[in-house]
Amino acid sequence: MTITEKILADHAEKTFVEPGEIIDAKVDIVLANDITAPLSLEEFEKAGARDVFDKDKVVFVLDHFTPNKDIISAQNCKKIREFSKKYHITHFYEGGNCGIEHALLPEQGIVLPGDVVIGADSHTCTYGALGAFATGMGSTDITFAMVTGKIWFKVPESIKFLCYGKWQKWVTGKDLILYIIGMIGVDGALYSAMEFDGDAISKLSMDSRMTIANMAIEAGAKNGIFKPDSVTINYVKERAKRPYKIFESDGDAKYKEVIEIDVSKLGLKVACPHLPSNVKDVEDLTDVEIDQVVIGSCTNGRLEDIKMAAGIFKGKKVAPGIRCIIIPATPEIYRTALKRGYIKTFVDAGCIISPPTCGPCLGGHMGILAEKERAIATTNRNFIGRMGHPESEVYLSGPAVAAASAIKGRIAHPEEVI
Amino acid sequence: MILKGNVWKFGDNIDTDIIIPARYLAHTDPKVLGAHCMEPIYPDFSKKVKQGDIIVAGANFGCGSSREHAPIAISALGIPIVIAKSFARIFYRNAFNKGLALMEADISNLVEEGDEIEVNVFSGEIKIKGNTVLSKPIPPFMMELVEAGGLINYLKKKLEEKR
Repeated sequence: MTITEKILADHAEKTFVEPGEIIDAKVDIVLANDITAPLSLEEFEKAGARDVFDKDKVVFVLDHFTPNKDIISAQNCKKIREFSKKYHITHFYEGGNCGIEHALLPEQGIVLPGDVVIGADSHTCTYGALGAFATGMGSTDITFAMVTGKIWFKVPESIKFLCYGKWQKWVTGKDLILYIIGMIGVDGALYSAMEFDGDAISKLSMDSRMTIANMAIEAGAKNGIFKPDSVTINYVKERAKRPYKIFESDGDAKYKEVIEIDVSKLGLKVACPHLPSNVKDVEDLTDVEIDQVVIGSCTNGRLEDIKMAAGIFKGKKVAPGIRCIIIPATPEIYRTALKRGYIKTFVDAGCIISPPTCGPCLGGHMGILAEKERAIATTNRNFIGRMGHPESEVYLSGPAVAAASAIKGRIAHPEEVI
Repeated sequence: MILKGNVWKFGDNIDTDIIIPARYLAHTDPKVLGAHCMEPIYPDFSKKVKQGDIIVAGANFGCGSSREHAPIAISALGIPIVIAKSFARIFYRNAFNKGLALMEADISNLVEEGDEIEVNVFSGEIKIKGNTVLSKPIPPFMMELVEAGGLINYLKKKLEEKR
């Protein structure tokens, strides 16, 4: 069996599962945020439920339209706050202890290797970086799991991405996942598990692995997953407050496809409007002028990303007329960035420091684009109107390209400014 | 169940930001969500669409976010079914959970916008201009959910049995 099949079999209390099989599995963590929880709570009422299955396993993170952008989003947060109080939800995050959910949960040790995690947010697949099975669902499925502690799954087929070779300077997990989405398309892994393996993967930090797993959904995948190794164990050992289980794929596990990638040939990538699969080399886009830069999100707002951006901004200035928004994803990341001087570097460069919100990524608030405006962002989607006006444009990149672009006022390779 | 309606055609990769832009997601009222359905590419879609109309699309319909507001917005306009070459998986679950039927069939190049088609949800037969096309059958497990009246009704029954 593959790692995905093994985790699902374990949670369905079976010794064996195979792709296509429909199973009922126990969940370890059930997550919702301030835009998906309100619908979940309405369904909770409709079902006549009287409690959640486990107050320690239901998580609410108010990170999308917060700090509340209008009255209706404030009302939604109030409802979730009251629900959390009523049912004594342990993991309720807002205000000063809140971060962007998919950076916050691994950092706080809430999600762990071997878990089954479902979240009413499509980027829940991020936690596959820890060797967990994690996938996004809608609010109604989340309600069902919140009440019963179980949910049905169709066991997915797995596609293995075997990555080898030496990483080039500046190239990160973001470039690899953009390259892969460009190769297989936005439905290239539809309903499947994307498993990342190989020597090049074992060299990656947890932050880079999370970026890769995060964007598995952008290829249509059910989940992205990594085998836990020493990097994983080092990350979770200080954070875990409960036992966890390590799974890995068997040598004779069956894959729908195995795709080999030599990362030494991989350069910096940018996804052009309006699909994450419209991927080009940064060198081919250096005449594209921009109005806004966003460095943050559940894809690239972690310490490694912030550090990389700060390294580029050191002693430099954001180009006149460009708004550059930096979003450290959690209070812990913010604190470290402050301590290491990254925040001073950003402010001195003329960047705006945002509270941890998903706001601009999904065109919610805190960085909306006007008609014909163009942004380069370290976020995950560049669909039509994603960051604002239907006639605005979003280019997706890693933090180094985004920071260099802010300095140049156009899409730029980091070597142009260093 | 036989559904008869006029076709609205959409292309490949119709994402959830098109179906319902995120700026409306603080709302849970189906009427508000319906009023902004498909707005980024078709600003007056909600005004032109009629009760019973059917969406026909290409591959990967509903890709992107997990927002359940997407099937809610479509249903709110009185659209009972979406027929597409393929669906994104979160949207697929959400639609059935919210009572919007989906059928996997590649009929985009067989129909024109406005054509009347007839769909048998149970047999998977789609009648187009006197011809019959067969869709991929809805999996029996999904049909069970539909027959139970959606996931929440199923849960409600389960909870009542326990008490």
